[in-house]
Amino acid sequence: MQLQRLSGLMRKEFLQILRDPSALGIAFAMPLFLLLLFGYGVSLDAEHVPIAVVVEHPSPLADTLIGGLDQSRYFRPVRFSDIIAARTALKEREVNGIFWLRSDFVRKALDGEGADVSVIVNGVDANTARLVESYLQQVWQIWLLQQQREQASVLTLPIGGELRIWFNPALRSRDYLVPGLIAVIMTLIGALLTALVVAREWERGTMEALMASPVTMAEIIIGKLLPYFVLGMGGMALSVAMAIGLFAVPLHGNLLVLTLASALFLLVALGMGLLISSVAKNQFVAGQIAIVVTFLPAFILSGFVFDIRSMPTIIQFITHLIGARFFVSILQSIFLAGNVWSVILPNAAALGVMAVVFLGLTLRRTRKRLD
Amino acid sequence: MDGALRFTQVSKSFGTARRKVTALAEVSFTISTGRITGLIGPDGAGKTTLMRLAACLLMPDAGTITVLGLDGKSQAQAIQSQIGYMPQRFGLYEDLTVRENLNLYADLQGLAHTERKERYDALLALTALGPFGDRRAGQLSGGMKQKLGLACALLRVPRLLLLDEPTVGVDPISRRELWAIIQGLREQGVSVLISTSYMDEAERCDDIILLHEGKVLAQGPPSAFTTPLEGRCFFVQSAELSRRLLQQRLQAEPAVLDARLETSGVRVLLAEGAAPPSVAGAEWHRVPPHFADAFFDRLHAERASPDPVVTPTIRVSPQEISKPETVLSVANLNRFFGSFHAVKDVSFTVHRGEVFGLLGANGAGKSTTFRMLCGLLPASSGVLNVAGQDLRTAPAEARRQIGYVAQKFSLYANLSVAQNLSFFASAYGLGGARRRERLAWAAEEFALAPYLAQNAGDLPLGFKQRLALAAALLHEPPILFLDEPTSGVDPLARTEFWRRINAYSAAGTTVLVTTHFMEEAEYCDHLVLMSLGEVLASGTPAEIRARAATPERPNPTMEEAFIALIEAHEATLRRSR
Repeated sequence: MQLQRLSGLMRKEFLQILRDPSALGIAFAMPLFLLLLFGYGVSLDAEHVPIAVVVEHPSPLADTLIGGLDQSRYFRPVRFSDIIAARTALKEREVNGIFWLRSDFVRKALDGEGADVSVIVNGVDANTARLVESYLQQVWQIWLLQQQREQASVLTLPIGGELRIWFNPALRSRDYLVPGLIAVIMTLIGALLTALVVAREWERGTMEALMASPVTMAEIIIGKLLPYFVLGMGGMALSVAMAIGLFAVPLHGNLLVLTLASALFLLVALGMGLLISSVAKNQFVAGQIAIVVTFLPAFILSGFVFDIRSMPTIIQFITHLIGARFFVSILQSIFLAGNVWSVILPNAAALGVMAVVFLGLTLRRTRKRLD
Repeated sequence: MDGALRFTQVSKSFGTARRKVTALAEVSFTISTGRITGLIGPDGAGKTTLMRLAACLLMPDAGTITVLGLDGKSQAQAIQSQIGYMPQRFGLYEDLTVRENLNLYADLQGLAHTERKERYDALLALTALGPFGDRRAGQLSGGMKQKLGLACALLRVPRLLLLDEPTVGVDPISRRELWAIIQGLREQGVSVLISTSYMDEAERCDDIILLHEGKVLAQGPPSAFTTPLEGRCFFVQSAELSRRLLQQRLQAEPAVLDARLETSGVRVLLAEGAAPPSVAGAEWHRVPPHFADAFFDRLHAERASPDPVVTPTIRVSPQEISKPETVLSVANLNRFFGSFHAVKDVSFTVHRGEVFGLLGANGAGKSTTFRMLCGLLPASSGVLNVAGQDLRTAPAEARRQIGYVAQKFSLYANLSVAQNLSFFASAYGLGGARRRERLAWAAEEFALAPYLAQNAGDLPLGFKQRLALAAALLHEPPILFLDEPTSGVDPLARTEFWRRINAYSAAGTTVLVTTHFMEEAEYCDHLVLMSLGEVLASGTPAEIRARAATPERPNPTMEEAFIALIEAHEATLRRSR
């Protein structure tokens, strides 16, 4: 290891990053785009969902039930005079569900023989459908409680189940999506960008010229690792700043712990990127492998959008091979719950093992040879 | 004495056990210290593999390599700190400036900061890159890039310099400059191993290793190759026959191994012990043999059963040829890429049955002009008329009239020869009896029948090129476009290729060809010489050579003419500035 050679390689790498718009694009424009998309565009909450309301026989009792819908911030009721028009609206996706009180509703309810409320939910978007279903049930339950109370005694205080949500009291999906994105963004810089730039050296023949010079392979690898480590931490800083500043995501944990955990994950991502580039020597193949092996799993299997516990067992098992999974757990707990060591330490240990494995394999695999 | 580099029984092969490609087979040689050794051989001979082995970037399967007295297997790191190596596609960082590239390699080679200024100044002066220190390497011309690559390899004067085809695609002027630098290094005691496929460069070497299909055919000084050919080389002129006809007659003679057009006549290599045959009105002048003759002779002897020479056949009714008819005309053609003016006001006309050559170095605008003529690239301005059709208004109609062979192999490598041909037949809309007839023609004409089931990617280079030509001719186009068709092809295949092209043109096919091989220019009826997007000169080869004739050099070669014309052009540019 010689400092002059290493610093020469690193200076070259930084100059290339600064001059190559595609590298800067992946490092900064993509994160910005993803953050804005997930911060503003994608929401897993159901709010102001249009609901068709069909009341076949208006009455004061029916009105109190519908009134519950009107007051809920989850729904935007749209009145329809008959069920046929409402069904058409559902088919055309003007509404996401139908709340249908038949003509005999009031009579049956007052007779105490059990009145039916029909709820039809559009199941095309399963996620929203489930939310709409449970929200409608809540509205219905609250109304029942109120009715019981009014009929039993006017003075009784409202009683019933109270739902409390921990860690994300506002239940804003943004608050757990945006921290999770940091894992995706660092995978992008660490694995995809690194795999691409090394493959580019092979493609342009610069690697051959480097190898014929007195540099050692370790110097070449570290000369790539350090600049992209700095770039990756820059991407992380950008994401954290945007998360806190722009999207008002709370940070309950310690910034230093967050930084250390990110650095550890970045080593895993860089290790994957360098390992890919030792296999794939052209940019197209390297890019494809990096996207399929690192970026997509970080997106889908890390628990960043989709809950791991609701995945089939075999898929849950596979998620343990994905570094982003451990990092997403750490991120979500540092941001939303604080420094929960019982979560952070085991996950960090898993990341440490992965970093050692990937970087070790890279060092073993790359020899100063062309064949 | 070990010499600078020694290979002992070195073998190297690539690929899996099932499909093994032997690059080098039991190669042994020694390179002496302080001399320029040329590694000569056609593409695929194993030159690059040999260079990489010498640079310790590959390990041999068998045999030993000794570099500067060090063992290639165990002392690779020590070797790499004493040699300079310039790969074929030199690894310059195109986003970095000339100076930043030098800085990087100075760091890598451990050049002390105190020595740098002096060394940079010397190298920038040597390569004439001084004024371009802050320019990005990607914006340099091909020749300047090669010179910068060489400068990077020379930052610390190496004891052994390995240069892998440093002059490929470089214009004649830069080529001359590169050689001046290399010859200067010999004065400093540097041993140089340089690979090249240019025959004239072989004669500048002290020693030559002739490599063919992974084997060393011969090693020795250039004179050892040419002396045995003394008395077999002739320059033939005829008052009765045109140059082209004379060449065809000579090629048909069994005593003639090779007949090439050269300046105002034909250069002939006779078979060993053969007497000059008598051809109508031919005057035979004995000339000293060149290395190219020796190379041809060796390859000819090596190839035990030469491919059957098929008389080219092509259908064009003879009365069509009689009148000189314009088939292609270009007027005031311009093309910009952003603010870069790649083709400047180019005008020319091409007549039926002509072989029309576009000549120039890399980056001269040949390929851009070509792509516009084929309708692959829209012109920024100007008139383009192909076979009576305006390319700008009726591109599809005009395109049906042309066959195009691209510079790179552009057939489907993982389809068989027959599948490729059949695909192109469909692409040109050939069906029924005509399709069967044309496919049979292609297989016979290009001797492809034994290869029909083989994957196109696995064919030898010469056959790939034949297949590409066959595919371009399936629909019997009246105009044929060939973009650098002979780059990387060995001299035997090149001779055969030109024999075909001349026969097609004699039958009425118009051929447009680009090349940077100056000697190939002699095969054209009409030439356009391009430099930096402009037409420098236009005319028959004789006219162009005559333009560069001086009292000291009354009969310049095409290369000399090219250099003289470019230098004169640059001088006028400088004056007008």
